[in-house]
Amino acid sequence: MSNTSPWIDLTGTPGQKHEEGIVVSDSHAAATHPPGLAHHFESYEQQKESSFLGMWLFLVQEVMFFGGLFCCYVIYRSLYGEAFAAASRELNVFIGALNTTVLLFSSFTMVVAVNAAKQGNRKWIVYGLLLTMLFGGIFLGVKYFEYSSKWEHHLVPGPHFEWHGEDVGRPVEIFFCLYFAMTGMHALHMVVGIGIMLWMLRPAWRGKWTPENHNFVEGFGLYWHFVDIVWIFLFPFLYLIGLAT
Amino acid sequence: MSEQHASEHEHGLKFYWLVLFALLVLTWVTYGAALIDFGHPWSDLVALAIAVTKATLVVSFFMHVKGATSMIKMSAVGGFFWLIILFAFVLADVLTRPGMREFF
Amino acid sequence: MSTQDFAFTPYPDLPKSHYLNVAYGLKSWLFTTDHKRIGILYLLSITFFFALGGLYATAIRLELLTPAGDMVQPDTYNRLFTMHGILMIFFFLVPSIPAVLGNFLLPLMIGAKDVAFPRLNLASWYMYIIGATFTLYALFMGGVDTGWTFYTPFSSTYSNSYVAAVAVGIFINGFSSIFTGINFMVTIHRMRAPGLTWFRLPLFVWSHYATSLIMVLGTPVLAITIVLLAMERVFKLGFFDPALGGDPVLFQHLFWFYSHPAVYIMILPSMGVISEIIAAFSRKRIFGYKFVALASMGIAVIGFIVWGHHLFVSSQSLYAGLIFSILTMLVAVPSAVKVFNWTATLYKGSIEYSTPMFYALGFLGLFAIGGLTGVMLATIGIDVHVHDTYFVVAHFHYIMVGGALMGYLGGLHYWWPKITGRMYPGFWSHLSALIIFLGFNLTFFPQFVLGYLGMPRRYHSYPEEFQVLHILSTAGASILAVGYIIPLVYFIWSLKYGEVAGDNPWDAVGLEWQTTSPPSLHNFDEIPVVDFEPYDYVEHEPVDRPYRYSRSEA
Ligand code: HEM
Ligand SMILES: [Cu+2]
Repeated sequence: MSNTSPWIDLTGTPGQKHEEGIVVSDSHAAATHPPGLAHHFESYEQQKESSFLGMWLFLVQEVMFFGGLFCCYVIYRSLYGEAFAAASRELNVFIGALNTTVLLFSSFTMVVAVNAAKQGNRKWIVYGLLLTMLFGGIFLGVKYFEYSSKWEHHLVPGPHFEWHGEDVGRPVEIFFCLYFAMTGMHALHMVVGIGIMLWMLRPAWRGKWTPENHNFVEGFGLYWHFVDIVWIFLFPFLYLIGLAT
Repeated sequence: MSEQHASEHEHGLKFYWLVLFALLVLTWVTYGAALIDFGHPWSDLVALAIAVTKATLVVSFFMHVKGATSMIKMSAVGGFFWLIILFAFVLADVLTRPGMREFF
Repeated sequence: MSTQDFAFTPYPDLPKSHYLNVAYGLKSWLFTTDHKRIGILYLLSITFFFALGGLYATAIRLELLTPAGDMVQPDTYNRLFTMHGILMIFFFLVPSIPAVLGNFLLPLMIGAKDVAFPRLNLASWYMYIIGATFTLYALFMGGVDTGWTFYTPFSSTYSNSYVAAVAVGIFINGFSSIFTGINFMVTIHRMRAPGLTWFRLPLFVWSHYATSLIMVLGTPVLAITIVLLAMERVFKLGFFDPALGGDPVLFQHLFWFYSHPAVYIMILPSMGVISEIIAAFSRKRIFGYKFVALASMGIAVIGFIVWGHHLFVSSQSLYAGLIFSILTMLVAVPSAVKVFNWTATLYKGSIEYSTPMFYALGFLGLFAIGGLTGVMLATIGIDVHVHDTYFVVAHFHYIMVGGALMGYLGGLHYWWPKITGRMYPGFWSHLSALIIFLGFNLTFFPQFVLGYLGMPRRYHSYPEEFQVLHILSTAGASILAVGYIIPLVYFIWSLKYGEVAGDNPWDAVGLEWQTTSPPSLHNFDEIPVVDFEPYDYVEHEPVDRPYRYSRSEA
């Protein structure tokens, strides 16, 4: 229980902050509680179930958050199919598919880290995290080059936008608005994820997460897989429209 | 609950390699399918079906929803279900609005 | 205070150790993870924003005293009603009952030591404060003039006000709601005391569950919509820009997908409070308990598929309008179920006119008027006539002020002795409840008439024939203000001078009354085991309470 944990560790150690904030002439504190079990839970079981349910509800929230974007996409796509197809041809399908592959690998290495946590294998937690960060980093690097080439081709919406393709009307610009908003929001989630993984390295190495209590690793894994799922939809929606026609 | 533990331990890394392999195959299948013209709604539906399959694989196995408590299963499905409500009602407006498509 | 002689104080003093005296100092508050203290932090914050929003309302009513737009410029007037709406809705009414009373009471009512994620709970308060800071920044720079609904393209392209700053503020504040919602849902699922089955939960808990569901499912859509709006404004990404083929009505869809359910975020918790109060002061089990519980869930779910009634005249398709009209009428059904069941609970109950009961009865009448005029508005033919008039303004104020706010004040009066351990003066609290009821009706009833006669909302000048009704409304608002100031004074007064209330001043059932007032740090010495049904009151037992404050001295 020596680690201080920031608030994001929802249910980890009973957090020093709590002990500082309010307390303490109270026999209730650490002594009677097993390590890693927060004071307001009765058992590891209850803590674990609460933590997963909380994480899943957070993901529901994320689904709705991205859902607003997808809703815009669905509406404009159904109105301006032709313009979207033409605009989509400006994206490099091969790079998109490659990046999908990279991201799927990162999901797999995340599973490796979670599996290691279940077995209390701290070395492989760290390796798993490092590999996940590596793949995530590659993905973001590729994304960076994609973005900058869009910039050079004046495909970033706004005053600089220029369209030299087939004349399918102004909505091509809306496609690029959505492209940047959706991939940008997705990339932002990855950056946050990589940040959290960086933070996780130290406690992982020090053996904070044991087979009994590794809710944080598993919860984070859920988040990372969710980000992967968003991309699974973004890839066909953005890159694969009207390839055949 | 015991069922959940059992299924968690059953899956070794080998199993997850298989899932990964399936996901990769589907990625390139969806690429390939996009090169074929199935006609107007069908091309989109094929791409959507493959994406949903991939997402289901990730949710069920990587995210361990298979074998999780029913409440967690409900939240996994619930978000997507709610999105359908959003899409359906907005589309009900946009697609039946006169003059919407002819505009541009 | 002539009834002093009746005073009978079985509890000479507060308990030795409670959540307020276990630690002192600013740090013990700013870093607390105790759900009760976080509730108090929220109480202070939202009271501040209520007062601020009230100042804007005062300015609006003063301007409307005369037909000419003579007090402020039209542009300033736009900023006044916009800031009034933003502050009252996002920073007062949405967090009001859940974040204050819900936070304080939910763990107590289900016999838990805390909410499931105490640190997330504190984070939610910080999100609120950060969001509020952005909004205050915008306010001091001159405010926003788009209306609280931020319709594009005015908000994204033409408005010369601080839309982006407020957008950031509301975005961040949204996460305070989402965190609270997640926390409550997990708490209700996983932290209930042994024996506390779903159908033994107090209706307050049920209504908070339904509210949390809306918070989790709806708020993120508002968040992303606001992000898109800000991006359109700042980076010129034309998501809703008609020049590119974008659809401004799509913005309205996304906005109301959250904001209609959000009106249920405001009213559902209030309904929960009313259920508690009515049961306690008619000494009866709530009539049709299960129906009331499930009606909350019904409202939450159906409330998600009616948002299009805000778009009847926004060039939404007629077919969609029809569907939304029918569904809107449907959502009135579970609301009506509740009203009927409360009324049936009162029937032949041993009714005690305590202060909370005053508020509950006020709620019943005002909510009924608000809800029924809602059904009128759901009828497209009527709505085309009164949309964007004062009729709509009156409709939602009857529900949000007459309903939600009355519920909040009623709940505050009901649980104040639990929160602080002390009682407020009976005479003044009854008086102010009456003043609020009268002032409220005088303020808002004339607005129904005004709207029906054609007075549009959001205009700072008007034809002279409307003046009489506007004067009545402004007079009512002044009375209302007095009604709100009195409780502020006596609540503060009671902290020091109020009579010690005791653990269960109302003889109410429910776990929150089985611990001390104020509760101890971990709520219960021992986790209670529940082997009784909810609202287990002995019917027809006359209440003979010795306490002075239980009766109106008036
Ligand atoms: C009984 C169920 C209800 C029905 C049938 C209903 C119906 C409606 C309708 C049709 C409108 C649109 C009027 C127009 O703009 O032309 C409306 C507006 C409004 N309602 Fe309700 N309503 C109900 C309950 C509520 C509740 C519970 C609240 C708040 C706690 C509420 C708050 C509002 C607000 C704020 C507006 C105006 C929004 C704006 O344009 O600024 N309503 N209502
Ligand atoms: Cu509405």
